Amino acid sequence: MRAQFVLQEIWIGLRRNLTMTISLVITVAIAMALFGTGLLIRNQVSVSKDYWYDKIEVSVFLCAKTSSNPACRKQDATQQQKDDIKATLEKMPQVAKVEYETREQAYARFKDRFESNPSFVNSTRPGDIPDSFRIRLKDPQQYKGVVEPLISKAGVDQVINEQEILKKFFKILNGLQWAALLIALFQVVAAVLLVGNTVRLSAFNRRRETGIMRLVGASNTYIQMPFILEGAIAGLIGGLFAAILLVFSKTLLLDRLAGQMQFTTQLSWGAVLAVIVLSICFGVLLCAVASFLTLRRYLKI
Amino acid sequence: MIHFDNVTKVYKTQNRPALQHVNVGIEKGEFLFLVGPSGSGKSTFLRLILKEERPSQGHVHVAGKDLSRISNWKVPHLRRRIGCVFQDFRLLPNKNVFENVAFALEVIGKPRRFINKVVPEVVDLVGLEGKAHRMPNELSGGEQQRVAIARAFVNRPMILLADEPTGNIDPATSIGIMKVLDRINRTGTTVVMATHDAAIVDAFRKRVVELEDGRVVRDQSRGVYGQAY
Repeated sequence: MRAQFVLQEIWIGLRRNLTMTISLVITVAIAMALFGTGLLIRNQVSVSKDYWYDKIEVSVFLCAKTSSNPACRKQDATQQQKDDIKATLEKMPQVAKVEYETREQAYARFKDRFESNPSFVNSTRPGDIPDSFRIRLKDPQQYKGVVEPLISKAGVDQVINEQEILKKFFKILNGLQWAALLIALFQVVAAVLLVGNTVRLSAFNRRRETGIMRLVGASNTYIQMPFILEGAIAGLIGGLFAAILLVFSKTLLLDRLAGQMQFTTQLSWGAVLAVIVLSICFGVLLCAVASFLTLRRYLKI
Repeated sequence: MIHFDNVTKVYKTQNRPALQHVNVGIEKGEFLFLVGPSGSGKSTFLRLILKEERPSQGHVHVAGKDLSRISNWKVPHLRRRIGCVFQDFRLLPNKNVFENVAFALEVIGKPRRFINKVVPEVVDLVGLEGKAHRMPNELSGGEQQRVAIARAFVNRPMILLADEPTGNIDPATSIGIMKVLDRINRTGTTVVMATHDAAIVDAFRKRVVELEDGRVVRDQSRGVYGQAY
C-alpha cells in the first residue's frame, strides 16, 4: 500500500467536507473532554478516599456549658462520666485507638488543619470546641455499632462521624462524575452519527474514484482505508483539543475544588496524562469504528 | 476462459428474469460481440463475469474458477485480471491522461517505477502519443474512450469487457476505437463487447451472441448484427 496515495486521498476527503470535519472535531473534543473529566473526578475521589480513610475518626464531643443539647443541662461533663465513656470505648472490639483531646489541643489542631483559611480560624475562639474523645476505628465502614451506644451516654453532647461529612462531599463528586459521563455519552452518540454523515458525504464525493478502484480490483482495505483514516484523524484532532480542555478541567475545576475542601491531595499530572491518552485513544477508535460501520452501508464493495 | 453454465439471473425487484438458462463458452483469445436490444440482458451478462452480481441459478466460470466459490475478499483479485470499458468512459476529470491510467495501478499498490515504465507504453498503444498530459475535458470523445481502454488494459488483463464502448462516439471515430480493441485482442486478451452498433458488428465479422429477453437466440461465429434491426 502506498502511503503517499492514501494520505493524498485523506487530505482531499477532509478538505472537501471541511465544515463536516470541523463539527466532527468539535463534537469529539467535547465528548472526550467530558469523558476524561468524568474519569478525572473518579480518580480524585479515589485518591481523596485513600487519603481521608486513613485519617478518619469518630469524635465524641463531651458536654460543655455552651452545649445546646438539653441532655447536658448546660454543665460540663464530670470526671466520672468521662471515665465511664472511656471504659466503654476501650471495651469495644471495633475501636483501634482512643485519645482524649482537651479544648486547647482541639483548637491547636483546628488551627493547623485550616491554616490556609485564616478568616475561618479567626472566627473561632479556643473554647468553642469542647473536650472530646477521638476514636480511630479498625474499619471505618463499621461505625454504626460504635456510634449508637455512645449517643445515649450521660455526658455525651454529640457524636460526629467524619465519614458522614466526607460522604456528602463524595456524593457531590460522584454526581458530577456521572453527569459528565452522561453528557459524554450523548456527545458520543452525536459524534457517531456525525462520523456517519461525514463518511457518507465523503463516499458520495468520491464515488467516481471508489467506483473505478472497485473496477480495477483495488482491495477492500485500500478502498476503505482513506475513509477510516479520515475519521480517525478527525478523532485525533478532536482528542487533542479534548486534552487541552482536560488540562483546564484539572486546573480550574478539580484543583480549586480540592483547595476549597482542604484536600492535601491534588491529582498528579501523571494521572491526568493517563486520562488524556485514554481519551484520545477512545476518540480515535470511536471515529474509526464508526466510519468502518458506515462504510459497510454506503460503499459497496 | 469464460463459461456460463445454465445461468439464470432474476433481480429481486423484478419478476422477469434478466437472463434465462444461458449457456455460453468463450475461449481464450476470442473476440465476441454481445448484441440485443436494451434490457435483453447484455449488461447483466457482463456484471456476472465481474461477480458484481451472482447468478440465481447455474454457475459462471472465469479462468477455470467457479465464481460462486471465490470468497468476497478475493473478488478484487479476480477484477485485476478483467479490464472494463464503458459507454460513459468513467475518467477522473481532475486527473490527466497519464494520471487516469496510472490510477488503476496505484490503487492496486504497484510501485511508482513500474507505473512510470508501463503507463506511457499503454498510452502509446491506444494511439494517444504526446497527449499524456492532457486533461479529459481537453480530449474528444474518441480520445477519452482510448484513455479508458488504456486504463482497462494497463494491468494486462486476461479479459477485456466493453459495455457499448462506441455508444457515445460517432461512427468514424468508432472504427478507430475498434481497431484499438482489435489490437488488444491480438495480444491474446479475450474481448467481450456488448453493442448496439450494427455497422461495427457487420464490419468486423467476429463471433456474435444475440440475447433477447434474457435468452440466447443466436450464437454464430463470424456473424452479423442481424436482420431484425
